Amino acid sequence: MKAQVFVKFKNGVLDPQGQTILGAVNRMGHDFVKDVKVGKFFEIEIEKCENVEEKLKEIANKVLANPIIEEFRIEIDGDN
Amino acid sequence: MKAGVVVFPGSNCDHDCYHVLKHVLGMDTVFLWHKDADLKGVDLVVLPGGFSYGDYLRCGAIAKHSPIMQEVTEFADKGGYVLGICNGFQVLTESGLLPGALLRNRELKFICKYVNLRVDNAGTAFTSRYADGEIVRIPIAHAEGNYFASEDVIKELEDNNRVVFRYCDEYGETSEGSNPNGSINGIAGIINKSGNVLGMMPHPERCAEEIMQTKDGFHIFESLRKVIKGVL
Amino acid sequence: MSMYDTFRYPEVTAEAARGMGLKPEEFEHAKKIIGRTPNYIELGIFSAMWSEHCSYKSSRIHLAKLPTKAPWVVQGPGENAGIIEVDGDICACFKVESHNHPSYIEPFQGAATGVGGIMRDVFTMGARPVASMNSLRFGKIDNEKTRSIFEGVVAGISFYGNCFGVPTVGGEVFFNDCYAGNPLVNAFSLGLVNKDKIFLAKAEGEGNPVIYVGAKTGRDGIHGATMASEEFSAESESKRPNVQIGDPFKEKLLLEACLELMKEDWVVGIQDMGAAGLTSSSFEMGAQSGVVLDLDKVPTREKGMTPYEIMLSESQERMLMVVRKGSEDKVKAIFDKWDLDAEVIGHVATDGYVRLRWQGEEVAALPAAPLSSEAPKYDRPYARGEYMDELNKPVDVKEPDHLKGVLLKLLAAPNIASKRWVYTQYDHMVRVGTTVLPGSDASVIRIPDSKKGIALSADCNSRICRLDPRTGGMAAVAESARNVAVSGARPRAFTNCLNFGNPEKADIMWQFVEAVEGMADAGKALDTPVVSGNVSLYNETEGKGIYPTPTIVMVGVIDDVEKAVTSTFKLEGSNIFLLGENTDEIGGSEYLSIIHGIEKGTPPKIDLAKEKSLINLLVEAAEKSLMLSAHDTAEGGLAVALAEMCFGEKQMGVRINLEDDMRTDHLLFAETQGRVIAEVGGLNSAAFEKLAEKHGVKCTQIGTVEGAHIVIKHQGRTVIKAEVQEAADKFLNTIGEWMK
Repeated sequence: MKAQVFVKFKNGVLDPQGQTILGAVNRMGHDFVKDVKVGKFFEIEIEKCENVEEKLKEIANKVLANPIIEEFRIEIDGDN
Repeated sequence: MKAGVVVFPGSNCDHDCYHVLKHVLGMDTVFLWHKDADLKGVDLVVLPGGFSYGDYLRCGAIAKHSPIMQEVTEFADKGGYVLGICNGFQVLTESGLLPGALLRNRELKFICKYVNLRVDNAGTAFTSRYADGEIVRIPIAHAEGNYFASEDVIKELEDNNRVVFRYCDEYGETSEGSNPNGSINGIAGIINKSGNVLGMMPHPERCAEEIMQTKDGFHIFESLRKVIKGVL
Repeated sequence: MSMYDTFRYPEVTAEAARGMGLKPEEFEHAKKIIGRTPNYIELGIFSAMWSEHCSYKSSRIHLAKLPTKAPWVVQGPGENAGIIEVDGDICACFKVESHNHPSYIEPFQGAATGVGGIMRDVFTMGARPVASMNSLRFGKIDNEKTRSIFEGVVAGISFYGNCFGVPTVGGEVFFNDCYAGNPLVNAFSLGLVNKDKIFLAKAEGEGNPVIYVGAKTGRDGIHGATMASEEFSAESESKRPNVQIGDPFKEKLLLEACLELMKEDWVVGIQDMGAAGLTSSSFEMGAQSGVVLDLDKVPTREKGMTPYEIMLSESQERMLMVVRKGSEDKVKAIFDKWDLDAEVIGHVATDGYVRLRWQGEEVAALPAAPLSSEAPKYDRPYARGEYMDELNKPVDVKEPDHLKGVLLKLLAAPNIASKRWVYTQYDHMVRVGTTVLPGSDASVIRIPDSKKGIALSADCNSRICRLDPRTGGMAAVAESARNVAVSGARPRAFTNCLNFGNPEKADIMWQFVEAVEGMADAGKALDTPVVSGNVSLYNETEGKGIYPTPTIVMVGVIDDVEKAVTSTFKLEGSNIFLLGENTDEIGGSEYLSIIHGIEKGTPPKIDLAKEKSLINLLVEAAEKSLMLSAHDTAEGGLAVALAEMCFGEKQMGVRINLEDDMRTDHLLFAETQGRVIAEVGGLNSAAFEKLAEKHGVKCTQIGTVEGAHIVIKHQGRTVIKAEVQEAADKFLNTIGEWMK
């Protein structure tokens, strides 16, 4: 089984990386790009077990993301 | 002869390179602004260290798209001398002027310290003032200096003597312990096939004067000066 | 409906004021100043301006006791940073500032933005930052949470400073349980500026435009300044979203653009937006003439921000400047070159009011000057805590049998062990100016276009401060001055960061008063005024305060930077001299703490006249190139200082003979003040002793540099014999091992 965790800054938290990349992309002439947010993506190999979503949430909260400034989204297998 | 130091937004060793070229080596030296597509007739381009665009995407990844880099690429293709130091080395690999890539250091931390380097090819325009096998002390300062390339690229580099500097211990031996960042084969600096583009993670401009811990970096600039002036 | 009403702010009551940290009497005073009840925006401004952090209300009357003047002082306290002359028109501009609370909440970003903030303070004055330092304090290293804070803080400093391109040339790191719930992050920056290119925070000239430049304004750290003025409690958890994110790349652009702009004569005044953001910058700049700001023109990062949020946001990397009318386009062109946005958001007025408008309509108006001049000022009651008697009782411990083991244990103590793990993460060489790298008593940077150099040292032994805050304050100044002098530089001026607990408690206030007075005495005696600084109070968690921690960063000038002295042995066979005297003053030592688990006693006394003579001697000896190396004895005492000198690039041994008539453990490990160990070549020894005599400093040859062991004899008996290699491994690797 596979799980995917996406981590990015919470809305309203400054994302200097995203802003800098946005600037570069715009300077290359791609004006249609309006915003860039940079985050992290984790692909996690897991065994089937109970409360898997709860457990992953705990992992994301305690390890993968910094809940003070970041939020995350979990996808398990094909589950969107 | 004339040297040019490229200034990207976020370059921070630009003034250091300028200082060494101009005041220590006495070369006519100019800054080259990243937005300008003009090399101002220089004989040597230095891509300095720093954090171009904050290194917010990948080190050197945004800088390669700047107008000045197109000129630098053409200049290099025509045989012009290009020296990339630290972030400059990263810009060179991102631009494809040198093969491979610089990954995060093995310990995942920024490292600033003097290291021992072995000069493995003193036959280049950048290293003629050294002897083959000479051990020099030059500082590193980077978080992403872990040189990586595919096996065949490494073989090609090694077979053709294109690894110019290698991390080593005080006796010149390469080992896990003397390799500060996990680079394959302890690679610290490489040169292109034609021998006119050199990229290195260590900072020779930081040890090019008497007052510094060593003066071992001076000879890279001095080698270049001699070659370009045609003395060699 | 008026524009103000559209924001639907809560009603302004004493309760609302309290919620923002204003006490009932402060709220009343605010009403009296403006002759009406402030509206919600204005209340937010009062609360920020009158926070401890911005107003220094508990500390002002005592800070006035510090010496601030000397012929070389160009700018004393009161501006963004202090300035002293170093060589003709070349001046050094510097300041240290705390970022304690943000660093506890989010270590990486808290420390990073601390570095960013202090550098902005320096380049706001027109100075290019050339060196950073920091003083860090954490709980015990064997605690996992502490290690994670420590790691995060160091990474944050490294991230910001390295990217910005200013060398972090040194500092101090100190571990003690008292900082477990309240770590200290004090960041220092020093820049160079020509005397005729110094810029101040002032808005002058009616109608001159006020320009906002740098990052957009978000909801970061709203009420950060008030947060920095409160004790931590479980509630601070809920304030967490206030964390500010640092963008060193943006700040680097801001620096280059500002310095380029400052070469022209278009700038009238400039101020960075630090604590309390646009509020403190606009009120400081507008203190004379007043300003009108159109807040809807402030570039924002988030939708729907209201005037209250815009005024109080602590988003980083922003500046406010007043330029000459007509130069707007030229100013904008420079910022454009550096890909920065600059917006005209208002103009200079004449009535002394800061008026805030939204879509042309006034939504707040306050008189600028009274907000600072009539800010609350407290003479808080202070008294020596009753527990002090118990703390100061003489300590009597059994002398250990195995002193080599004690030495090795001390060398591995986190407060003594090498901080290499820390400073190798900092780029300490960028700008090719660092000529004495971190690891010596002081770091030295050269000054471009000058023969001179600047030496820097950050110091504070908070254990001494707790046992005797007056002596501790004095010691912080004296030790930092000594460290600077050991490197050959003349101490010139210092900046301080006064980290204390809750000033509303009489015993804490007593610590503050004592420490400041001690510092004042030392500053006067050593001819080193204070030129800038900051006060951080309420450093308590759940009612438990930190040790009083008045951090000092001393700045010295060496006439010939090539003559700087470093702290490790250079030459086999050279002589080792002890300057100063050994005394039996073991109280408050690292030895008692590490070996016996006791942090009590009476700390060593300081003789300021002797310190002054010692400094004079060291500066002259360096000038005459008489010393090969020199090192101040501090934490760990004489034996530790001698061992540390053995651990240079090339390790060397020593043979020492001590004859003093006292207990061996006290002799080896007491942290007696006013002592320096100097290595002097045979040919220079007579001249060195003569020079010491001239300065009235006791100078005793205690041994020689030789072999591969640290050998110490006391009255003929070998009390320590340790292999240098073994000792060095302990000293160099301990912190790295912990942090694996």
